[in-house]
Amino acid sequence: MRKIFLPLVVVTAAMFVYAPIAIALAPYESTMLLVQKIFYFHFATWMAVTAALTVCGISSAVYLFKGSPVADRIGAASAELVAVFTLFGLVSGSLWARKAWGIWWDWEPRLTMAFMLELIFFGYIIVRRFGGPGAEKLAAAMGIFGAATAPFIYKSTDWWRTIHPKTSVMRTLTDTPGGTIMWNVVIFCSVTFLILFALVLAARVRLEQLRGDLDRLYLAAED
Amino acid sequence: MFVRTALLVLKKDFAIELRSYEVLSTTLFFAVSCVAIFSFAFVREGQAPKDAAAGILWIAIAFAGTLALGRTFERERYGETLKALLLAPAPRPAIYVGKLLGILALLFTTEALIVPMVAFFFHARFFDQSLYLLALLSLGTIGYAAVGTLFAAMLVRARTRDVLLPILLYPVTIPVIIAGVRGTAALLESPADLPIASLWIAMLAFFDVVFVTLSLWMFEPLMTE
Repeated sequence: MRKIFLPLVVVTAAMFVYAPIAIALAPYESTMLLVQKIFYFHFATWMAVTAALTVCGISSAVYLFKGSPVADRIGAASAELVAVFTLFGLVSGSLWARKAWGIWWDWEPRLTMAFMLELIFFGYIIVRRFGGPGAEKLAAAMGIFGAATAPFIYKSTDWWRTIHPKTSVMRTLTDTPGGTIMWNVVIFCSVTFLILFALVLAARVRLEQLRGDLDRLYLAAED
Repeated sequence: MFVRTALLVLKKDFAIELRSYEVLSTTLFFAVSCVAIFSFAFVREGQAPKDAAAGILWIAIAFAGTLALGRTFERERYGETLKALLLAPAPRPAIYVGKLLGILALLFTTEALIVPMVAFFFHARFFDQSLYLLALLSLGTIGYAAVGTLFAAMLVRARTRDVLLPILLYPVTIPVIIAGVRGTAALLESPADLPIASLWIAMLAFFDVVFVTLSLWMFEPLMTE
């Protein structure tokens, strides 16, 4: 990872520079026009949340059952990223809702579940910081419960009548005029956000590892 | 072996509780105070809003549940008996199930008082559809207590356990509370909206399966030092 880290940073930066241009060039959606453009980043953010949740759930389970410190670091780093990306997703969704629905927030299932996810992962961070000895395991349990909510959040718009678009909207995208271009931009933005997630995750895991090494050295020096 | 261990843990908790009634009486009193506080918050000119009873009932149960969970495990910590329990050559999940059954017994007793009380104070017709209400309450309580018992047990070692328990428990159990409140509110409509209530009952059953499975699976590694 360390060898390709810097080149990847450059590539991601270039992709983030190109993303607004691609979004601007994509055709207008028929009813929301300019307002719909926020969708490209909104969707991409939630793809990053999905990736972070998956990584967090798996590494938390591995840490809990195998006790591997590497899995613990990855779990902690990805949990923080879930919190960050969910916050970004909630904010971008709220801005979009203000223009598309006329309200900042609505207590409908998808939004409620997303808010709950944010609470769970703020809980994760609080536990890790203030939980005292053994907090890592507690946090890992939170991570597993958090990851278990992901399928519910995804399917919530199909199970209940809500104002949030259903999951099928993505599959029907290519059938609409100009849909293929929009689809390509969606994919481009999602890949950009996923690479960003991977980069930040790698940097955060490395930081946590160095911090652990430093603690060990301090302890060794004191003895 | 599994069932016997779980029942033994339950019997132990019952024996301690019957000596003093400490946790039961404090939980009951707290739940009653919750209902009173909500009545001050919602009632205008002698009338509560139509759906308020369902929300008040479930919030009182959730808050009282946190208190009961905290107190039950505080007692274990004080006597260092949880450590002794875990040292026993018994399957760990059985100990979890025993503790869970104890918490459930406490919460069901609390509900037996709170439900008639909310019905009485807020003119809520809870008992027109007793079977549906019973299903909602029992499934909701099981889901809430399953996660609560796991978290309270693993927080025994943490210094800030009193603060952390609600912080961890509420976000995770929000789906259960929502399903309980919405299901109960559907029962309170006139006529009662039974299809919607059944939908929420099914939802609760689903969450119960997920929560109980995850808790049983995680209890052993979480309680191992």
